[in-house]
Amino acid sequence: MPTLFDKLWQSHVVREARGEPTLLYIDLHLIHEVTSPQAFDGLRQAGRKVRRPDLTFGTVDHNVPTTDRSLPIADATAANQVETLRRNCNEFGVQLYDINSPEQGIVHVIGPELGLTRPGMTIVCGDSHTSTHGAFGALAFGIGTSEVEHVLATQCLPQNKPLTMKVETRGTLPEGVTAKDLALGIIGKIGTDGATGCVIEYAGDAVRALSMEGRMTLCNMSIEAGARAGMIAPDETTFAYLQGRRFSSEGDVNYWKTLHSDTDAKFDRTVEIDASQLEPFVTWGTSPGMVVPVTSYVPDPADEAAERALEYMALKPRTQIQEIAIDRAFIGSCTNARIEDLRAAARVVKGYRINSLVSAMVVPGSQEVKRAAEREGLDRIFHEAGFEWREAGCSMCLGMNADVLQPGERCASTSNRNFEGRQGRGGRTHLVSPMMAAAAAIKGHFTDVREWDFK
Amino acid sequence: MKAFKKHTGLVAPLNRANVDTDQIIPKQFLKRIERTGFGEFLFYDWRSDPAFVLNESRYKGASILVAGKNFGCGSSREHAPWALGEFGFRAIVAPSFADIFANNCFKNGMLPITLTTEQVGEIMSRARRYEGYELTVDLERQTVEDSRGLSILFVVSEFQRYCLLEGLDDIGLTLRHEALIREYEVNHQ
Repeated sequence: MPTLFDKLWQSHVVREARGEPTLLYIDLHLIHEVTSPQAFDGLRQAGRKVRRPDLTFGTVDHNVPTTDRSLPIADATAANQVETLRRNCNEFGVQLYDINSPEQGIVHVIGPELGLTRPGMTIVCGDSHTSTHGAFGALAFGIGTSEVEHVLATQCLPQNKPLTMKVETRGTLPEGVTAKDLALGIIGKIGTDGATGCVIEYAGDAVRALSMEGRMTLCNMSIEAGARAGMIAPDETTFAYLQGRRFSSEGDVNYWKTLHSDTDAKFDRTVEIDASQLEPFVTWGTSPGMVVPVTSYVPDPADEAAERALEYMALKPRTQIQEIAIDRAFIGSCTNARIEDLRAAARVVKGYRINSLVSAMVVPGSQEVKRAAEREGLDRIFHEAGFEWREAGCSMCLGMNADVLQPGERCASTSNRNFEGRQGRGGRTHLVSPMMAAAAAIKGHFTDVREWDFK
Repeated sequence: MKAFKKHTGLVAPLNRANVDTDQIIPKQFLKRIERTGFGEFLFYDWRSDPAFVLNESRYKGASILVAGKNFGCGSSREHAPWALGEFGFRAIVAPSFADIFANNCFKNGMLPITLTTEQVGEIMSRARRYEGYELTVDLERQTVEDSRGLSILFVVSEFQRYCLLEGLDDIGLTLRHEALIREYEVNHQ
């Protein structure tokens, strides 16, 4: 009675031996400029080649500016890192979607877009949000640079088999409550180490009802609950999404249809969520687990960590979330910068202007998303409202490029982490859904988007 | 890879839980293309506070870090153990670690040691109470001991222990199974 995870694991075993990690074959290896340079160096030093350049794809996302890309990158170290990836991909024969390529974007946005990500695959990348690709019924997880080198050299990875956790969602997400809120609701419930050592399978009505982009948002946030990976069994929604994508003809739908947990499959742990009871969430602290519904208030600190968080975030206990004013709004990141996210935000923004005290930007997840949004006129809606419309990249999710918060600035962000200094030293991050970020930008403070007056 | 057999060193108590990778090594330092040069930026933001524990002169030269649960949560950046290692730490003791971080430690000859909350609490309290408090970590015997009667057995995966004791190169180990890798590739054409 195997689970979906068991099936994915078993079908990729190259070697199993008692007392040793299992050697798994990797179907897709995505690389980017930050976690690959030292890996390629290691290959060179050992005189090794990339074993499967045909299964390896790179892009530049973390470090790239989201402003005029015809100009050279101003930050010399960043420019060097991007140039290094270019040189490495060229030397080792790896396909690179470089800064001016039409396919460029955040690695976890372009993989699915291109149909590189498919059900039944093992997918790795030197980035913790690789869990995103699990939305397709793949085993997808983040790895460190040494493991990047390992996969480049051998196309395999030794892995200890994790435990399994099922997150069973009942009911329907109410209007205005999104996949992002479902993710935050789960993390709020089980904590940022609630799924450590586990891969999560998301199941149930609310999950089935999500679009592929919603499923990607949900799986993306798995790492924030400490999970090794997150996945959703593929179905007609998945197959429809994959139709006609550049690389997806390489897949086999009949095989994909077998990729689900057996009815009596046993999981090591199960968590139940009533999706119909969820609300739009807002994080108040410095970890994704420090989260409450927008209708609630900043809680009394339960421990020292919470006290630290309140001090860093400059928030007093019992403050109503809807009274918290913001300085910046960021709609972007591998969590929430796909076309549906931009449409949802644009729907809120249409007919309004951002609050005079707020500065806001939209960073599409890929150049393809950007083009699609422009075809639909979303960029005009954002422009008219006063948002900056940028080129694709990770941008302010982690502020490696010039898109950073100044000390003390408070940001409504559609990204995935609100750790101290994440978006900029002294920056104060509140994680929300795209609609909630858009609404906060207009009002100048957090507001319940379920009550929004759509124009 | 650097082997780890036995190490005795000064203990620094970092009494915080959920220490994330953005604190360990902030993103502006991830732009380097080398494996080195991260040590000076360890806990960059926290160390700008003179009262931060690693700024206390009594912990200068500490090579064993003791911290709260879920240490290393967040990113997969291996720069985190690189920074810790270059700064001087050889082992980290905590009630729990984030998966990717712990795995990255083993790849770099650094030992993450999981003990109970009570055991970690006791060590932290001794590290504060006794000037120059040291621990001896013995990977062969799987013990953590001090000179004041503390002796704790820790659990570590057999294989990871073996590789760390021998300083084995992971990639070399995998490539021993070249025939099996080729067989898999042929079968999955």
